Amino acid sequence: MTHAPEFHTIVVRVENKAGVLARIAGLFSRRGFNIESLAVAPTDDDRFSRITIVVDVTSTSIDQVVKQLDKLVNVLSIRELDSETSVERELMMATVSAPTAEARREILDLVQILDAQVLNVGFDQLMVSLAGSQRRLDDFEALVSRYGIIEIQRTGKIALSELAKVEPAGA
Amino acid sequence: MQINGAQAVLKALEHEGVETVFGMPGGAILPVYDPLIESSIRHILVRHEQGAGHMASGYAHATGKPGVVIVTSGPAATNMVTALLDAMMDSIPMVCITGQVALPAIGTDAFQEADTTGITMAATKHNYLVTKVEDIPQVIHDAFHLATTGRPGPVLVDIPKDLVLPDAVFEWYEPTGHDLPGYNPITEGDPVAIAEAAKLICEAERPVIYSGGGILRSRAAAELLALAEMTQIPVVTTLMNRGGFPDDHELNLGMPGMHGNYTAVMAMQQADLLITLGARFDDRVTGARDQFAPDAKVIHVDIDPAELGKVRFAHIPIAGDAKAIIGEMIKEVAKLGGTDAQPGREAWRQTLSGWQEKYPLVYGEHEAGKLLKPQFVIEKLRDASPDDTIVCSGVGQHQMWAAQYWTFNHPYTWINSGGLGTMGYSVPAAIGAQVGQPDRTVWAVDGDGCFQMTSQELITAAVEGIPVKIAILNNSWLGMVRQWQELFYDERYSETSFGSEIPNYKMWAEAMGCVGFRVDSPEEVEPTIKKANAITDRPVVIDFRTQAEEKVYPMVPAGASNSELLVDPSQRDES
Repeated sequence: MTHAPEFHTIVVRVENKAGVLARIAGLFSRRGFNIESLAVAPTDDDRFSRITIVVDVTSTSIDQVVKQLDKLVNVLSIRELDSETSVERELMMATVSAPTAEARREILDLVQILDAQVLNVGFDQLMVSLAGSQRRLDDFEALVSRYGIIEIQRTGKIALSELAKVEPAGA
Repeated sequence: MQINGAQAVLKALEHEGVETVFGMPGGAILPVYDPLIESSIRHILVRHEQGAGHMASGYAHATGKPGVVIVTSGPAATNMVTALLDAMMDSIPMVCITGQVALPAIGTDAFQEADTTGITMAATKHNYLVTKVEDIPQVIHDAFHLATTGRPGPVLVDIPKDLVLPDAVFEWYEPTGHDLPGYNPITEGDPVAIAEAAKLICEAERPVIYSGGGILRSRAAAELLALAEMTQIPVVTTLMNRGGFPDDHELNLGMPGMHGNYTAVMAMQQADLLITLGARFDDRVTGARDQFAPDAKVIHVDIDPAELGKVRFAHIPIAGDAKAIIGEMIKEVAKLGGTDAQPGREAWRQTLSGWQEKYPLVYGEHEAGKLLKPQFVIEKLRDASPDDTIVCSGVGQHQMWAAQYWTFNHPYTWINSGGLGTMGYSVPAAIGAQVGQPDRTVWAVDGDGCFQMTSQELITAAVEGIPVKIAILNNSWLGMVRQWQELFYDERYSETSFGSEIPNYKMWAEAMGCVGFRVDSPEEVEPTIKKANAITDRPVVIDFRTQAEEKVYPMVPAGASNSELLVDPSQRDES
């Protein structure tokens, strides 16, 4: 029986060392959690990296995932980000087929409407990029798919906590 | 002082206080073995790397010090995987140093190359591939820190050959601290939670202390005894904590679980409070989880926060070191009035003693012309050996009978493979324990199936003059599997019979430099054990010929509720 996926966004701060990603990926695969997306890069302090993992954990409590991750010696901290209280972005690059002037115009319209960018122009293709919510990327992907997507890469979600709107009392 | 990488490995081990290592040389680790000749460290040359791993484990169990292994790359490292995972599952502090092919050769499928850190990632608490010779002292220092603190476990250090060659020199330094920003084991428990736990303890009508291997890892046996005596709450000791609470104590209900005794199992089932100390609700303890201890609130103390709530919801989860937390718990209970604050619990005590009277561990009398009762052999072994004898076992029926019938009155006297269930564990573990405790009597209670897996290490023991004693409960079957086939597979014995006369264990023992005995009749049991106990200069093997039909009872069938525990047929109601 299949289940509806239940995605959680987990932000993990790790030591920037060889093999750390393998330890984290291994932990997920060993426990049967499917990683939906994963983004990793060094932080402002290059001794550390920040990993944003979107994971389907319908069958096990997210709490157990966090605790198991925390046992890894190279993991400094883990936070689950709730989409309600975080700002999320994903970047997509796509090469789209644009064999006719009309197709090219229509794609450029979509680029303008959805605030995407043209990165490169070929004689019958356009390379575009779009950063935004996953939903907007999904929409763009669906809209340009009728012209033919030649190549596409999405980065996976990255996210930061939303900032406080009101100064906390006593601060 | 300039030294090379090989010298640094040994100097770093000496710096950690290592006295004994278990290992075997080979190509990639060869340079490390050269300065070993001048080192103060005793090296036990094993016959198979897995043996080195289990010896290190037995040594760690018996001494509380980390067990250390040195082996080469490739197949030696893969041979270590079972021992590493075994140590991981049972939280044994161990440091394993493996040779690796030279850095430029890594990834080229070089001779005896294996991705050791990749392979052992899930079998170690942490592992390292050293890439700079000057990192050796710090990495080894960190490895010992990780292996012995928090929840103990095995740590592997993989060292490429070019880092230990004579020309790989650097300026020696003694590492002082650790740069492990992600490693901060919790030791002290939350005082608020401990106070709440004390309150629950003083309110419970049917409490049970569920004590696990964490008691031994945390050296908390004295605190456990003090808590139990102050509160007069009965204690069950899991397979991993046999000896962590004295068996001859009136509050000890014995071992719970799949082959636990009736009272221990039912006490947990009917408890209203489980005071869980260093135990992890293993499936062999809980039976069907959703029917386990249905009325019990749970206090759960564990040094590994991931254990809290992993299997069973804890009303009061307390992460931290058992010794410190039990100490604080005693203080909190004392504040509430200590012994006087405990409810009467007379009905509970009567229920428990009623069960103990009705369902003791039993086995049948010897039948003329038949082979020995294995339980009888263990009882005789127990009675004829010193009170502080260290007992090791493999995995299977013999393990359960040893855990059931031995009287463990001292901590660190019971050594077995609990979590991984590694057949063949006992012979090497016993050797390691004997190396760590040379003045004690060490008996391995083994099965014939287990013995055939790792017994070549008795050659190691004979050559090194390590006088371990092995009692093979030899029924010529894979006994526990046979038991399941008899009970659950319509007596269809698929591939479990070993045939009766091959091998000749007495001759085999003698060929390995041990003293060998064979015992067929009950009259010979005790005199032969006495003879074996008198031998102190070499290993002894006794081949006890036991009855194959004998089964381990009580038994909770797999997947069943603990309430469906099957007692010995002689104790079952006629209805």
